Amino acid sequence: MESVLVSHASIYIGLAVIFGLFMAWGIGANDVANAMGTSVGSGALSFKQAVLIAAVFELAGAILAGGEVTATIRKGIIDVSALDQTPELLVYGMLASLLAAAIWLLVASRQGWPVSTTHSIVGAIVGFGAVGIGMEAVHWSKVGTIVASWITSPLLAGTMAFLLFRSIQKLVINTDDPVAMAKRYVPVYIFLVGFVVAMVTMVKGLKHVGIKLPMESNLAIAVAVGIGIMIIGTAMIRRIKIRPKDDRDFHFANMEKIFGVLMIFTAMAIAFAHGSNDVANAIGPVAAVVGIVQSAGEIASKSSTPAWILLLGGGGIVFGLATYGHKVIATVGSGITELTPSRGFAATLGAAVTIVLASGVGLPISTTHTLVGAVLGVGIARGIGALNTNVIKTIFMSWIVTLPAGAGLSILFFFILKSIYS
Amino acid sequence: MVRKSSIASMFAGSPVKPLQQHMEKVCDCADQLNVFFKAVKKKDSDACKRIHKTIAKLEDAADDIKVDLRAHMPNSLFMPMPREQILDIVRLQDKIANLCQDISGIMTGRKTELPDAVANLFISFVERAVLAAHQAQKAINELDELIETGFRGRQVDVVQEMIARLDEIESDTDKLERKLRHAMFKIEKEYPPLDMMFLYRMIDRIGRLADVSHQIGSRIQLLMAK
Repeated sequence: MESVLVSHASIYIGLAVIFGLFMAWGIGANDVANAMGTSVGSGALSFKQAVLIAAVFELAGAILAGGEVTATIRKGIIDVSALDQTPELLVYGMLASLLAAAIWLLVASRQGWPVSTTHSIVGAIVGFGAVGIGMEAVHWSKVGTIVASWITSPLLAGTMAFLLFRSIQKLVINTDDPVAMAKRYVPVYIFLVGFVVAMVTMVKGLKHVGIKLPMESNLAIAVAVGIGIMIIGTAMIRRIKIRPKDDRDFHFANMEKIFGVLMIFTAMAIAFAHGSNDVANAIGPVAAVVGIVQSAGEIASKSSTPAWILLLGGGGIVFGLATYGHKVIATVGSGITELTPSRGFAATLGAAVTIVLASGVGLPISTTHTLVGAVLGVGIARGIGALNTNVIKTIFMSWIVTLPAGAGLSILFFFILKSIYS
Repeated sequence: MVRKSSIASMFAGSPVKPLQQHMEKVCDCADQLNVFFKAVKKKDSDACKRIHKTIAKLEDAADDIKVDLRAHMPNSLFMPMPREQILDIVRLQDKIANLCQDISGIMTGRKTELPDAVANLFISFVERAVLAAHQAQKAINELDELIETGFRGRQVDVVQEMIARLDEIESDTDKLERKLRHAMFKIEKEYPPLDMMFLYRMIDRIGRLADVSHQIGSRIQLLMAK
């Protein structure tokens, strides 16, 4: 058996890298736009700034905090111990899953269906595992947790966005002098953004790049990061010109300018969060293939994801962003005009924190769905002019369609690959 | 291969802007009614015809906004204010424009003249009713601020104050109406009865103009109460 793996080692790795890069490209080209849309739409970021922030922080998120979800995709869904005798099956399966998800996303995009990358890849892996290898090969409890997180993540993001929005209503918007209050409290929120993202990354992400620190230093570094960006943010707020005449038409125009600064940091957080969670969809299977092939058949369930694979995923996302995604960001951003920075902030941060937390515990979740939940949370606080609830229906549709489609295709490719190589 | 973005399609157009645009056109209509009555007092029938045409045109423009607004209010919208209330406000605003068009139309068609003894009273009555429409517009223009604050806090007080002022204007209009009717009663026998009857009808409609504006205020109060 090892001979098959050894003799085809470079082909397997080559295929995995190509498929993985293609998936990463797709994430950068399409999915990043959803994460950045609220920031561009609220007018806090120009579209060029959004592309730049997305490039830097998607990459950072993928490399610094993408390890845990990658590990889940790589070895959390399929019980690799059952494959001791036939490790090449896992290679075929992972290649088939990548191919299935990529093709399915391509078809769905052509048709204009809103599908989730995360659901496609998870459906594909569960599909080949259950049918190609055997029902007992799938970690059903882990799959159950993942599926449950697809319901809880929008709920959690919605609750957080609701509470964040209510807090700014109380502290800033509904006060005698919203501009002064915004100047006072926005730096605090900026600190919060930096602290939460840094903390989760320190505790959960960095061990995959080989850094492990005691809890106290994690806390100290997270606080330092928070204070650091708070100082930058405060300086940016100082530079804002408050012109009373801007408030003539819409009485909160000056206050919203200050929230615009906050939104820049929130945009960084969501780009980071998105990179940390979605990179795994592309490179989780790649890491699995590389792991098996390099250890020549021995399925190493302990070893961690090599940093070059995380870099590959992050790089692929940035490549997708540069070649195609920037156009999609402009399109999505211009479609969202009803959002002001104060609402955009609440929704985006609610989603970003949820996603970063999910990345920390290794749960692959859908960024888009989480963000939809967060926006609804602000809507429930009576903060947004009008929301289209039909979107919730299409999300359910994409659930029902994506999972079996991804699974079916990966089963098909699995048997094709299996018959070619044996 | 641009994938359809769920996030972008989630944001529907807020009805607030078109609602405000509609009210702006409606108030333009009402403003013309002031001009119209001054022309009637001067017995300038050419000007009356011209102004009536302007009112009809403005009413048409308001109608277009109304139709468009209704077409973009599907059941599936999730809004901080009930859809029914919004539709009701549009209906009331629409009524103001229709009343203006009716009044100027009937008076132009019948070549109505104002008896000198009541002409000034008539004009100030109309002005007060039009003022009510403008006060309602002020409150409507605060709707985007109300959404910004999530219908809470000081902004609600600001709008409550506007509506209190609207109440005052409306009761002022009522007082003026009583005064005008009394003055009309004193002179009505000196003029052709049919002309007088139609003038009474006009008084009715002008009074309704203020009433409807007042109702818009009540609807906004309901929005804030929820």
